[in-house]
Amino acid sequence: MAEITTLREAVAALVRDGDIVAMEGFTHLIPFAAGQEVIRQQRKQLTLVRMTPDVIYDQLIGAGCARKLVFSWGGNPGVGSLHRLRDAVERDWPVPLEIQEHGHGDLSNAYVAGAAKLPFAVIRAYAGSDLPKHNDKIKFVQCPFTGETLAAVPAINPDVTIIHAQKADRKGNVLLWGILGVQKEAVLAARRAMVTVEEIVDDLKAWPNACILPGWALSAVCCVPGGAFPSYAHGYYERDNRFYQAWDAVSRERDSFRTWIRSHILDTEDFVSFRRVLAESTAAGLPQ
Amino acid sequence: MSARPYTTAEVMTISAARLLKNGAVCFVGIGLPSTAANLARLTHAPDIVLIYESGPIGAKPPVLPLSIGDGNLAETADTVVSTPEIFRYWLQGGRVDVGFLGAAQIDRFANINTTVIGDYQKPSTRLPGAGGAPEIASCAHEVVLVLKQSARAFVEKLDFVTSVGHLDGGDARKRLGLPGKGPVAVVTDLCMMAPDPISKELTVMQLHPGVSREQVVKATGWQVRFAEHLEETPVPTVIELETLRELERRSKLAHGERTAAQA
Repeated sequence: MAEITTLREAVAALVRDGDIVAMEGFTHLIPFAAGQEVIRQQRKQLTLVRMTPDVIYDQLIGAGCARKLVFSWGGNPGVGSLHRLRDAVERDWPVPLEIQEHGHGDLSNAYVAGAAKLPFAVIRAYAGSDLPKHNDKIKFVQCPFTGETLAAVPAINPDVTIIHAQKADRKGNVLLWGILGVQKEAVLAARRAMVTVEEIVDDLKAWPNACILPGWALSAVCCVPGGAFPSYAHGYYERDNRFYQAWDAVSRERDSFRTWIRSHILDTEDFVSFRRVLAESTAAGLPQ
Repeated sequence: MSARPYTTAEVMTISAARLLKNGAVCFVGIGLPSTAANLARLTHAPDIVLIYESGPIGAKPPVLPLSIGDGNLAETADTVVSTPEIFRYWLQGGRVDVGFLGAAQIDRFANINTTVIGDYQKPSTRLPGAGGAPEIASCAHEVVLVLKQSARAFVEKLDFVTSVGHLDGGDARKRLGLPGKGPVAVVTDLCMMAPDPISKELTVMQLHPGVSREQVVKATGWQVRFAEHLEETPVPTVIELETLRELERRSKLAHGERTAAQA
């Protein structure tokens, strides 16, 4: 049953050192506020799973929270590389980062298998690709009915999945819409799940077949308006492309990254104060 | 070239757009493929169905998306489904006519690398990775690749085979049981290549206006073959050029305005 609580309490209770953590969001509804709270609470040795690690995973990796990354596409969308991810992979900074690399088709289906509590997912791909040579989690199996050779990947069952959504009601039922990515599957595959939302309302006023995650299938719901910033929340605010562009300069060097993460995340109390500090540094023309 | 009223990048995008037939179901990567696919939609192919891997099917974005999951893709789509559904039912289910992809490196059989430059364990450059490309390269009925041509990108041997084209040539795809036909064209800023019908080696079919064979040879890391009847790419029409420029102008303005509004 979802407990409606603060972000600080939810992260303290649900995210532990060494956990397998999935923070999902396909460009849309990325749980930035929650990811930054994980940095603030200085979780370590996490295995981070995500189809499209972007800036929030770059921040977690640069802050030294992760020991392993399971992913299928890692970049700053529309801008370029993730410099902290690259520094960790290419030069072991700040700690070595093990990577386990997939494609979107197999990773998304690994969550489906995880939600269904099946041991693995089956897809038609990877014949001739080098990925299976470097990822021993991609194997080939033979269909018992047709004899066809297919690729198989083990189910993903995170210790905790974190997502952001538009609304919850007072019982903790969560409604999300727009580009849904793999959030529902990632939540249902996880042992614990927490959701940050834009607002908590009396009535979700949802239509039949809407994407609703029942409160009884979640561990915690936290009201964090703007919690997907600088990504977007459909119906609430648009993506702040300028932040993604500014991140390129901030993250390029270790020193500028360290200064930023200290002043914006580690030394701020919560997401509201992060937004205030960011607004001040932006207005002052400093690198954000 | 400088005297021509269009750039090499514009010829590349326009040539790629021309390959997409009206009504085709097209699985689109972000960047150059997305620009070309939307240009096709706004010119000769109004009924083209654009699928983006984030979930929108039949997207008709008024401006070019910056990321693969921009809100305008969802707002203009016929339907938005989950990412696993896109890959399971629509791509693997055989409903995609053309996979439209970019790449960092390509070889003579149109296999592509989007993973690493250098050694996998200690790469000199870590690239973003596979995304949906391995599955698209396997399952789309056909694949069109679009990327800028240089000897660094068009290499004798890939550092990493992320997504397969024609493997080592001939009927290799068939032997491995890959359902789609694989790459049918590679469009660059210099030329258009297509696989030889038998060997599947990429062959230059068209040179873009004003481009010489020598330029293509210099920008290719293998001994590149030219078609016996080498053609010149038809010059961009006024409508193609104006539509592309207007689309890019509109996109720049929209993305700029959005960020300025939040300052």
